[in-house]
Amino acid sequence: MISTLNLTLKIWRQAAPKAKGKFESYHISGISTDCSFLEMLDILNEKLINEGKEPVAFDHDCREGICGMCSLYINGRPHGPDDDITTCQLHMRKFKDGATITIEPWRAGPFPVIKDLIVDRKAFDKIIQSGGFISANTGGTQDANAILIAHDDCEESMDAAACIGCGACVAACKNSSAMLFVSAKVSHLAKLPQGKVEATKRAKAMVAMMDELGFGGCTNTAACEAECPKSISISHIARLNREYLCANLMD
Amino acid sequence: MAPFINSSIGKKVIMSLTGIFLLVFLVVHLGINMLLFVSEDVFNAASHFMAKNPVMFVLQHVLALGFIIHIIYSLITSYLNMKARPIGYAVIDRSKSSSWESRNMLITGSLVFSFLVLHLINYFFKMKFGDVEIESDFVLVTDLFGVWYYTAIYIVSFILLYLHLNHAFQSAFQTLGLNNSKWLKRWKVIGTIYALIICLGFISIAACFFARSIV
Ligand code: SF4
Ligand code: FES
Repeated sequence: MISTLNLTLKIWRQAAPKAKGKFESYHISGISTDCSFLEMLDILNEKLINEGKEPVAFDHDCREGICGMCSLYINGRPHGPDDDITTCQLHMRKFKDGATITIEPWRAGPFPVIKDLIVDRKAFDKIIQSGGFISANTGGTQDANAILIAHDDCEESMDAAACIGCGACVAACKNSSAMLFVSAKVSHLAKLPQGKVEATKRAKAMVAMMDELGFGGCTNTAACEAECPKSISISHIARLNREYLCANLMD
Repeated sequence: MAPFINSSIGKKVIMSLTGIFLLVFLVVHLGINMLLFVSEDVFNAASHFMAKNPVMFVLQHVLALGFIIHIIYSLITSYLNMKARPIGYAVIDRSKSSSWESRNMLITGSLVFSFLVLHLINYFFKMKFGDVEIESDFVLVTDLFGVWYYTAIYIVSFILLYLHLNHAFQSAFQTLGLNNSKWLKRWKVIGTIYALIICLGFISIAACFFARSIV
């Protein structure tokens, strides 16, 4: 049996980056519990467009949890009331009929609002540009087994590489710290021989950029790990701390 | 060195190192207080040694410095962290993602600090600089525990300290990078045990001498 929901949505509306925003309430009915959260917003937008109103702007792309585009702070939690998922993977069955759902953009100084629920996450790109890469001379592809990597290292590196750069860690953190993101990006390279070469330079440059952009500091509340759609572990933050400390001690 | 100390991680390392120093101090302090249970003379001797010995005189300054740096850096980092989110959320539900202790270190820390001030006024200054030569530190301590509201404040403060330490311990090692997926859980358990021992230790002394005073 398909059940349907009647909902009140309280959505942050802001016309432009510098414009003054405010919450608007919308009533929406007949939403199937099988509907995804973003589909529900699509239905709302269709309704708004038919009424000649401005639709709600929100980020999305793949809609299958791999690109990290979708954001939304839903009822006080990034990606809403479910664990280990992105907003596009959130289903309406997680909500009760008659509920009021508050939808806000990510809030952090380095993530300014562009429009409504869309924020500018270029800050993450800047952090990556500051050191989240390896320098290699391209040429013929190496033999796959030319550089041996221990299975555990490989796994841990892959776990860290699962980060999709969505920014939920920053949104969840009471300090707006980007440490989980940065640590994932430092870790997935630090665990591999190719990444070790520039490890110290990388840790220093990425942390410096993170601080410069105005992200907060980590107080180890671990809210990021709990809200991260890819379950990136805070053990990567310990590794980043270690890399950063060692890099500075070596000077 | 300067870029390191000014970085967000560097500031946290300072918090962490001074924090660990204070954790060690608490163990020493509890050890000496436990002598209250041994006998009046033993406690008085230990207390006298702590107050008048020249080595201790130097260490007291180091300790005070530890507290001061820890507090100053907590204020700096808290301020910067608040600044990082100029516009806040309307609805926040962090109960599912992080512990209350971890989110309220500034509050528990400030309350413990207020207790510390009271504590210094009541004991430390009297023992060290008292005009009237105190006959017995033991009597000074045990007399105060006879005052019910003092004992109540004391116990509440140590419950707050427990909350502070429970997060602080594992957090300190995480910040120093001495952690990984295995040790994450271990540090947490060790931290909770440490915090329990410290706080129950101090509370048991207060409760015991209060009980003695009323019977
Ligand atoms: S660490 Fe997790 S929450 Fe943060 S950006 Fe990466 S995937 Fe998103
Ligand atoms: S839209 Fe790609 S992860 Fe949600």
